[in-house]
Amino acid sequence: MRKLIAAASMALLSLTGAASADDHGNYPERPLMMMVSYGAGGATDFQARIVTMTAGNEDALGMPIAIINKPGAGGRVGWNWFATQAEADGYTLGAYNIPHFIAQSIEGGVSYSADSFEPIANWGADPAVFVVAADSPFNSMEDVVNYAKENPGQLTFSGAGLFVGHHIAALQLEKAAGVKLAYIPNNKGGAGAMKAVIAGEVLGGVNNLSDAFRAREAGNVKILGVFDLERNDFLPDVPTMAEQGFDIDNSSVNFRGVMVPKGTPQPIIDKLAATVPEMFKNGRVAKKMKAGGSPMHIMTRDEVLEMWAAREETLQELLSGL
Amino acid sequence: MEFIGYMGDVFTPINFALLLIGTIGGLILGATPGLSPTMAVALLIPFTFKLDATQGLILLGAAYTSTVAGGAVSAILLKIPGAPANIATTLDGHTMARNGQGAKALQLSFLASLVGGVFGVMLLIFLTPVLAQWALAFGPSHLFWLAILGVTVIGSLDSSSVVKGLLSGCIGLWLATIGFDDIMGAQRFIFHDAVAGGINIIPALIGLFAIPQVITMFANGRKPSEAEVLSVERHPIRKAISEVARRTRALSIGTAVGSFIGLIPGVGGQIAGLVAYDQSKKVSSERAKFGTGHSEGIIAAESANNAMVGPSLVPLLTLSIPGSPTAAVLLGGLLIHGIFPGSDLFDNHPQVAWTFINSMLIGQIMMCIFGLYVAGLAARVAQVPNAVMAAVVLGLAVFGSYSVQHSMGDVYVMAALGTGMYFLERFGFSAAPLVLGLILGPIAEANFVQGSMIANATSNLGTYFLTGPLNLTLIGIVVASIVYSVWMELRHRRYTTKDEAVAKEEALS
Repeated sequence: MRKLIAAASMALLSLTGAASADDHGNYPERPLMMMVSYGAGGATDFQARIVTMTAGNEDALGMPIAIINKPGAGGRVGWNWFATQAEADGYTLGAYNIPHFIAQSIEGGVSYSADSFEPIANWGADPAVFVVAADSPFNSMEDVVNYAKENPGQLTFSGAGLFVGHHIAALQLEKAAGVKLAYIPNNKGGAGAMKAVIAGEVLGGVNNLSDAFRAREAGNVKILGVFDLERNDFLPDVPTMAEQGFDIDNSSVNFRGVMVPKGTPQPIIDKLAATVPEMFKNGRVAKKMKAGGSPMHIMTRDEVLEMWAAREETLQELLSGL
Repeated sequence: MEFIGYMGDVFTPINFALLLIGTIGGLILGATPGLSPTMAVALLIPFTFKLDATQGLILLGAAYTSTVAGGAVSAILLKIPGAPANIATTLDGHTMARNGQGAKALQLSFLASLVGGVFGVMLLIFLTPVLAQWALAFGPSHLFWLAILGVTVIGSLDSSSVVKGLLSGCIGLWLATIGFDDIMGAQRFIFHDAVAGGINIIPALIGLFAIPQVITMFANGRKPSEAEVLSVERHPIRKAISEVARRTRALSIGTAVGSFIGLIPGVGGQIAGLVAYDQSKKVSSERAKFGTGHSEGIIAAESANNAMVGPSLVPLLTLSIPGSPTAAVLLGGLLIHGIFPGSDLFDNHPQVAWTFINSMLIGQIMMCIFGLYVAGLAARVAQVPNAVMAAVVLGLAVFGSYSVQHSMGDVYVMAALGTGMYFLERFGFSAAPLVLGLILGPIAEANFVQGSMIANATSNLGTYFLTGPLNLTLIGIVVASIVYSVWMELRHRRYTTKDEAVAKEEALS
């Protein structure tokens, strides 16, 4: 028995030895896993499944990517796990949502920050928009702000929660228009916030462009403005906030992409950074994303690093007032 | 009547084969502890990538209906509720199975599911526009009162003592506060990473119901008398049908409560079964038999949780808002084929919409047929010796808890809650009120916080929560429910004290 154990440990030792000597030239040698910190069926999960569906192709990674959901506490559970427990072996990928995780790390109480992760590539950008019910008297952002000026603090509007893109957009709107608004965070995420608008529980709401686009197609809402630098292809008729005279940039845009934990070997990061953006460009992926009303925005690792740093700075400033 | 025109599409060879796969697969997935209907549907979505939209939705629709019914199998045979919807089923169903009447319990539950389910889908077909208004009518203040109505059920749910029922409800409410709070993001009672996301309801259910039973079985395992083989009664399906037909009161209460409460986004699905169980207990002439393996209990609970399936999709199909987690997953399934729910769905893709709804209708019937077919076989599970059974249930409990979020933390939560519940049960507390507290706590809290934020911005708390017809109606029902419980309690006490007095006199004389 003892001999057997000795032999087994020898074998194990040589195995690990071989692995560490490896220059990762054959990576990936087995299927990969991607952690999504939101539940199955949510927008992030849905998009993650589409953009990774061609991973098994020969011109991509050559190995499939399986999605693992770790939902809870607005994404904190998943990202905490990813920062502290996920193995940095290149086989454990994660999906990020900007500005959510950076805003949460500034707020505190979590064991991650932008430094805990290494971005690989960005696949999507879902700007926030301002919606009102289809029968609302408001027809432009000017109407909304005028109402808020006459009734300070009484303009109720919903969003998906605190320290997420919608909340950032709300803070930016308050600051740019110089008015006091009543932001009502919803515990059921974007869908709950949208329901509050359609049912008339609140006067307006900040929501995801993709969900708002669908709700408008169904005839339930009007979209008054986009919290982004330029108009969106899905909504060419809706002006940006800047066009309507509010100094608001793209800090609230919900960027989604792929990252790995800090400590992942550099050759693996380089390989992923080169392959993954190409994988996102696949025609089938683009078709499915467009069909689902999800705007794509592919960025390389260098661009994402720059975007993370810029976000960190704006959010620090915006949230310090809270 | 448009739906009949598309009925033929369900019966083309490929579509019908998919329907059968969905139904049978759904029953198996639903019967597996830890795999809730939401997860089962999410697991099937990747298979629909290669199918066209109609076929994909047939698979998902059939799977959704049958996983809800399949959850009753583990609830009855193993006392592990597959999802919150099946909690009420364990109360009478498992007791029945322990008495060797597992086949009867399963047959009743599948037949009641069929009746409730078909009624629910019929509502979806004929009354969708009306129901959509009803689903939107519930704002934060109404949902708050609805949760309070649920709390009034807590006391009467426990058959032994109102005070102990309320106490275990409070424990549930406290457990519900653990984790990051949903709205403000405050951290509460997080002493370990495993509970940072709060107590997940599925591992909690598995722990609270299955573990005390496992411990009891292990504790009794050495006694030879316990090992004697239980005779499992055969139960002809004919008798089950006539039993269900006789219990019209439980059946209609279950179906009505299930379809109307099930419709309210975010709340209904989880509590419909328990509220229906409680209501039919209150109006039943055989009240005392509830909890001892009474057929009305199973019928009310199972007809309610399947009646909810159709109406729960109304907000998704008409307003494009997913009203339940499962609806959110189905939304993903629709979007992947480029179909937007809402008016677009019925105007431009009527074939997809109606075939999907028809598949749920036919799926209900197929589910019932398969369920009845295997009920007799499945009931033999009760003959398994205790020692083996305990090990199997424990294995399934660990597997089920882990599979929810791939997290060992959930397994620890399951084990801790289960062990705690074992000791609580020694002192006469029961698990159902505790779970109800765990479910209702976040609903009441989040809606109160949201409502008060809106109220403070616009009017004031009093007018927001206490005026308006719907608020007043709900408050009225809450008051009536409390008065009724108190009255029953007092009447019950008077009788017992009188009986005791008589007994004492007799003993003295």
